[in-house]
Amino acid sequence: MPKTISEINERIRKRQAVVVTAEEIIDIVDEKGIDAAAKEVDVVTTGTFGPMCSSGAYFNIGHSKPRIKLGGGHVRLNAVPAYAGFAAVDLYVGATAIPDDDPRNKVFPGEFSYGGGHVIQDLVGGKDIVLEATAYGTDCYPRKRLRTLISIRDLNEAVLFNPRNVYQNYNIAVNLSDKVIYTYMGALKPNLGNANYCSAGQLSPLLNDPHYKTIGIGTRMFLGGGVGYVAWQGTQHNPTVKRKPNGVPEAPAGTLALIGDLKGMSPDWLVGTSFRGYGVTLTVGVGIPIPILDETICKFTSVRDEELSAKIVDYSNAYPNCIPETLGEATYKQLKSGKITVNGKEVTTAPLSSYPRAREIASTLKDWIRKGDFLLSEPVAPIPGAESGLTFKPLKERPVEEQ
Amino acid sequence: MARKRLVLKFPQRLVEQPVVCRLVKKFDLEFNILKAHVTPRQEGLLVLELSGENGSCVDAEEYLKSLGVVVQPLSKDIVRDESRCTHCGVCVGLCPAGALRIDEESRRVLFNEEDCIACELCIGACPVRAMQLNL
Repeated sequence: MPKTISEINERIRKRQAVVVTAEEIIDIVDEKGIDAAAKEVDVVTTGTFGPMCSSGAYFNIGHSKPRIKLGGGHVRLNAVPAYAGFAAVDLYVGATAIPDDDPRNKVFPGEFSYGGGHVIQDLVGGKDIVLEATAYGTDCYPRKRLRTLISIRDLNEAVLFNPRNVYQNYNIAVNLSDKVIYTYMGALKPNLGNANYCSAGQLSPLLNDPHYKTIGIGTRMFLGGGVGYVAWQGTQHNPTVKRKPNGVPEAPAGTLALIGDLKGMSPDWLVGTSFRGYGVTLTVGVGIPIPILDETICKFTSVRDEELSAKIVDYSNAYPNCIPETLGEATYKQLKSGKITVNGKEVTTAPLSSYPRAREIASTLKDWIRKGDFLLSEPVAPIPGAESGLTFKPLKERPVEEQ
Repeated sequence: MARKRLVLKFPQRLVEQPVVCRLVKKFDLEFNILKAHVTPRQEGLLVLELSGENGSCVDAEEYLKSLGVVVQPLSKDIVRDESRCTHCGVCVGLCPAGALRIDEESRRVLFNEEDCIACELCIGACPVRAMQLNL
């Protein structure tokens, strides 16, 4: 008899809900079988803490006297350009934005020591930020310059809004060339010198609900240390990627766009991050609860590292040139052992995504739910699955005709 | 048998003298050069691992200091800011000395300062700038 989210929430309110993490459910299913586990367990919590470049935050700073119209003007937060293409005092800062005078890769590899991701972390941490703006001025918004300190307490809205987070099953990156390369997957040593991966594996949200049966628009979650929701599918969402019999995609597939109140979040879970030679980004903590409505959903959450595999991709040539060939696969169990075999060679592995922090998120979310402080939400609309036929398209360049 | 890792800073006047050779002859020590660098101001930086009889390493250190070489134990050179480290593991794949490794149980990154050879690869690689050079 399938359960409903409503019934589970009733049990949460009464502090009777049985909540376990996506690691704990593996042992429970081993011990008791799927059917018994599905009956007994109400919620499985997942977690991940990794760099997620398509992240950012929007705010309303409140009106100055006289008023200024930032929209259409130029705004910088701690010298990092923010987007001002909205109404008078609405701004958006993206995680990868960097100051105009950042040397970038002029002296290679660049440091990229401060950017949007760090502004967001500083803001969430309560620090003062220098806001500098110029505007073209109108009759109703006559002011043309603004230079002030702001802090998160002073802002009206401060909303984390990430167009693409929690990539379902990211690549394993290697380097086949004879020179070190600097990528968003870290520094990759030449001639298969190392292999970097970025996933929480068996704790990962979308690997525990591979067909997006329970996670949809409106799903409430742990985001950046506070509460967030799924706003939409993420950019590049690609549900039609080939899947293994257990439903898990073999290559990067689904993504989610997430939203939440920045004022409730923490700098421990939104961390400004620098990748040498590549740029600035934001490391985001996400934890999504999965309601165990039936045996099928329970089975998906009991997936373990040895049943999850990712594709090995060469980042020196294949990736930059959009060449689809891969060097095979490795399971997360193999990756976590510290070594995998690629082209007959033993290669040292390293993660980019923090597994101990992912555990902490899954555990924290479990506590919130058990204490009755966190109810699950019923998605208001689904995220497109494989049946939608949605495919992530490459750019088709078309020439621009001269007039 | 004692094993010691030292960071030696040589003033300009000593750069051309075979100081390390003398450590071998006078104190019967084996040495392994982990890093060698002559700065633009013609000063020398040497990171050495010395091994020999217990007393010999100490005597060798005293001898170097008496020549005017600045001697520092290596383990103090790279430090991890625990409040910044997120245990992501990026450094582990790059550490040539195995000083940074992932604990099997907790999956946390362990930093064993004694094995560190101060190559500084982790400093640039750490995405949250948790690894720092202690001068």
